[in-house]
Amino acid sequence: MHMNDKIPLIREKALWMRRTAFAMVHRAQLGHPGGDFSAIDILATLYFGVMRFDPKRPDWPDRDRFVMSKGHATGALYTALCAAGYFPEDWLATYMQPRSLLNGHPNRNYLPGIETNTGPLGHGFPVATGIAIAGQLAGAGYRTFVLTGDGEQQEGSNWEAAMVAGHRRLSNLTLIIDRNRLQQGAGTEETSGLDPLDKRYDAFGFDVTEVDGHDPAALLAVLGAAPGSKPRCVIANTTKGKGVSFMENVASWHHGVPNDAQFEQAMKELV
Amino acid sequence: MAHAAPVAAGFQDCRNIWVSTLEQLAEADPRIVAVVNDSVGSSKLNSFQKRFPDRLINVGIAEQAMVGIGAGLANGGQIPFVSAAGCFITGRALEQVKADIAYAGFNVKLVGQSSGVAYGELGATHHSIEDFAWLRPLANLTIITPADAWETAEAVKWAAAHEGPVYLRLSRMPVPDLHIADRQFRPGKAELVRPGGDVTLIACGTTVHLAAGAAGRLADQGISARVLNFSTLNPLDEEALYAAAATGAIVTVEEASIRGGLGGAVAEFTAAHRPVPVERVGFPGFLPTGSVDWLFKEYGLSPEGIAAAALRALDRKA
Repeated sequence: MHMNDKIPLIREKALWMRRTAFAMVHRAQLGHPGGDFSAIDILATLYFGVMRFDPKRPDWPDRDRFVMSKGHATGALYTALCAAGYFPEDWLATYMQPRSLLNGHPNRNYLPGIETNTGPLGHGFPVATGIAIAGQLAGAGYRTFVLTGDGEQQEGSNWEAAMVAGHRRLSNLTLIIDRNRLQQGAGTEETSGLDPLDKRYDAFGFDVTEVDGHDPAALLAVLGAAPGSKPRCVIANTTKGKGVSFMENVASWHHGVPNDAQFEQAMKELV
Repeated sequence: MAHAAPVAAGFQDCRNIWVSTLEQLAEADPRIVAVVNDSVGSSKLNSFQKRFPDRLINVGIAEQAMVGIGAGLANGGQIPFVSAAGCFITGRALEQVKADIAYAGFNVKLVGQSSGVAYGELGATHHSIEDFAWLRPLANLTIITPADAWETAEAVKWAAAHEGPVYLRLSRMPVPDLHIADRQFRPGKAELVRPGGDVTLIACGTTVHLAAGAAGRLADQGISARVLNFSTLNPLDEEALYAAAATGAIVTVEEASIRGGLGGAVAEFTAAHRPVPVERVGFPGFLPTGSVDWLFKEYGLSPEGIAAAALRALDRKA
């Protein structure tokens, strides 16, 4: 199958994930839908176009790993895992309810397919770096993908991991940055600027590619490409709240939740 | 003097046995790797590095990444021993220890080196006396503080075989062998160093032999002091604590803060279940400049100081 033949499936899954994630947030009146929507096309591309995995064998040693470092975007992660077959759809309705396995931030002991517990920012990239080192040590063929938010790049632990990954030339590691340019309360550049992010990762020893983070073809081309000789950094330019007119590029939708009318409006737009 | 302390032979730096044991284990199991923050020398891992150069992962001076990378290595099927000075592996990387290791439940062995006040004159930044209090609420993290070379080797072997997160609190301060007959390493169980019924001295790590010395002094005064090597702090040996409370007086001794560590745990448990006088020997907070020996004597971590604490506890005994 040609890589681009996967695009219709990725688009279909991404649409289902947006609608489903927003329904979860609406029901729970809790969540981080803005960041869910900026990341969903990236997750859909990974799970339905790039990664090797078997939902029946979540502990398969040679599986490709996806680490969701922006752990607050559980609407994106849980719908991706559900769509990928890791657990039944009716579990989604329990999102953030008492004793639900679908905690506000992911827990690997609760659900199959979660590689590590995240939530506090700046944790996923070092863990993914360790997974990649383990793969190198064992001569395993798996690849490791980690998605961070862009505001999350302000955490120093990322740059510790970047030094290690660059130094060790972890070519089996791909860092994806969800570059929606908004953090919780304001723009990244007015808070503590990240640009030039590409030059920074280039200087740390990464192969850097900038793509449209909502274009499955562009994402597939870079994420599906065979590893080179260095770790890869994909700066995915995205829109927070992508797909719903009143949410796009509005920082307050970081953890805003919809009322009934807003939910109905979003469902009309997400088709 | 009937100095019945079960000490003899020479004192040893337990880091030597830590690394020789780790090398034996690594020889037999290719999954065992060491992760350090430029702490190859202070962790005594030079020979490990020579024998297993690929399996010594030096991340540089980057403790948060070091602990996170440990979690990732465990995800990838390795058994990482993440080794760094106790003050940094806990304090600097505490959220990684909490979220990436304990909460995620990865099979990672954290090794706090040069714990307590081993860095003496270097001061409070380098002392690791808060680690017990920081780590003890992480209920699934087994915390072990070996008291001598034999127990260090056993603890390292046990940690490698155990599936789950462990914190090994090691020291660079030489200690004597406890010379207990027919010893068996039982994690989660206090070890009886010396029987006694008037008061119980509960110690761990570098202070166990000092507590044994105190028991000898107390025996000279006709006081029968039980001495426990309480090497496992998590999970707490509740049975041993009920038995200790039955002696009517308890002294805790640790090379750590008296707030929230071994003394804190024992006081918490006895206050809730079997109130008895508890005297805590340890450090009250940030410490003045001084050598290890001076700090130990100044704060009563000595046979004399512990015996005096026992007399205070006995005075309060109903």
